[in-house]
Amino acid sequence: MISCVSDDSILIRLGESIDPDLTARIAALCIAIESQHSAWVTDVVPSYTTVLVSYDPSMIDFRRARQALVPLLHSSTEAGTVAPARSGTVHEIPVYYAPESGPDLQNLAYNKSLSVAKVIQYHTAVTYQVFAIGFLPGFGFLGSVAEAIATPRRQSPRKQVPAGSVGIANQQTAIYPKASPGGWQLIGRSPVTMFDVDGLSRLKVGDGVRFHAVSRSEYLNLGGTL
Amino acid sequence: MKLLRVIAPGPRTTVQDSGRRHFQKHGLAEGGAADRHAFLWANKLLDNDLNAACLEITLGGFEAEALAHVSIALTGADTRPRINGIAVAMWQTLQLTPGDRLSMTSAASGRYCYLAIRGGLQAPTLFGSATVVVREQFDELRPLARGDTLTGFDTSPAKPARMPVADRPIYGAPLKLRLIPGYQYSQFSQTDRARFLSSEYRVSTQSDRMGFKLEGAALQDPPPGIVSEGIALGSVQVPGDGDPIVLLKDRQTIGGYPKLGTLCALDCYRLAQAQPGQAVGFEVSDIATTQNERMLFESMFRNTHWNKCGDGLAW
Repeated sequence: MISCVSDDSILIRLGESIDPDLTARIAALCIAIESQHSAWVTDVVPSYTTVLVSYDPSMIDFRRARQALVPLLHSSTEAGTVAPARSGTVHEIPVYYAPESGPDLQNLAYNKSLSVAKVIQYHTAVTYQVFAIGFLPGFGFLGSVAEAIATPRRQSPRKQVPAGSVGIANQQTAIYPKASPGGWQLIGRSPVTMFDVDGLSRLKVGDGVRFHAVSRSEYLNLGGTL
Repeated sequence: MKLLRVIAPGPRTTVQDSGRRHFQKHGLAEGGAADRHAFLWANKLLDNDLNAACLEITLGGFEAEALAHVSIALTGADTRPRINGIAVAMWQTLQLTPGDRLSMTSAASGRYCYLAIRGGLQAPTLFGSATVVVREQFDELRPLARGDTLTGFDTSPAKPARMPVADRPIYGAPLKLRLIPGYQYSQFSQTDRARFLSSEYRVSTQSDRMGFKLEGAALQDPPPGIVSEGIALGSVQVPGDGDPIVLLKDRQTIGGYPKLGTLCALDCYRLAQAQPGQAVGFEVSDIATTQNERMLFESMFRNTHWNKCGDGLAW
């Protein structure tokens, strides 16, 4: 479904609910839009089920912009024209899981009647998919977290979550690219830079992410701070 | 070359241009001048590149000393500017000579005052733009501080120009803003839609470059949260408390609150100039109308030149 939602943008809706297969299509559609219509497209914002396409209304009006997007949407729905799920890069992200780096780790384990080791095992067992980027530059919404460790946001958000913090909110997990207020339940910290001004966001929608546990000294050797 | 030294930055002064393109997929805000109307006029008065970096002075209180001969223009919020204590007009070119002191009071009407410098400000750029989005906390992009020196490229005097008085906006007047229904509009109850379109709202003190909160007729039964999706400029989102929030230039790129639709861009620029307490109402419009108007607006700046007297534009 394609709808003109403002006087310089069009929302393409590809589905109604979160679905990993949709994300691969969305990522491919974004690439097609940006490469074929670079003359007038000014921004492309993929999310779980949608792509918001902004354009320069001095270059093209809403009718022609909409018309130009229709064939791309159709070709992205035809079987075999898009890459399979998780065609993107899979990022290996080291995480130091401990109470000193993840202040909610023990509480989460306790509330879920699990050992801390088991929580870590669940968190590292899955290749997550990047569903969306937002909230902060380079902040990727990753899913889906195993039901066994899925946990709602904290009742009151923290005023300052340290950069690199790895958190869980319901069935999503994420790495905070920089220090910020935040309400996710923190279970560890990663030394990996998620955003920098030259390389931009490390994660792209459609990429895969796998976490692995590292020790305190490995974390510090990799440039992590406590 | 050094042009101005900041004596007082006021509550918040940032460098702004037209904002970023192609970086929202990285989670970076669009940014850019909150009121593109006043921003473009400031550059137009000086015959600058229309995307030239300017200062966006929030609520006035700015003070600076000229370090060179420099032509400037002040547009937007009425900050009662003075040069060496003598009142000067806004919406026209002004000439500063070394040692001159430019000062402002707090804004009598409007919120954002634009100070353009002939030839544009020399400012750090990231992501293809000089826009400063304060909440993103990049070291290179910070609000101005006392003692900062502003540099530029050009000290040749600008040809005198002034905007026709009849064209100047009156910011304090009640606003009727045009909504393009869309996004989750049909998921709001009929009562809430009618309530939104027929009520008078007041601009809340909780308003900034990210979004303007409106108070007065909270919606009774907004739909539940949605799967997060891209947020267009002017989106009217309604969180659970029912108070609508109009999202502006520094908005987050995606969000999960239901939205009634979007305000047309030209009305977003007007809303950005509204002070807390100002009355705001809404009416339904359509993209065909608002996009035409917007194309005319952009084209007027690009395709006109100043007449010989500098008091009007000719196509």
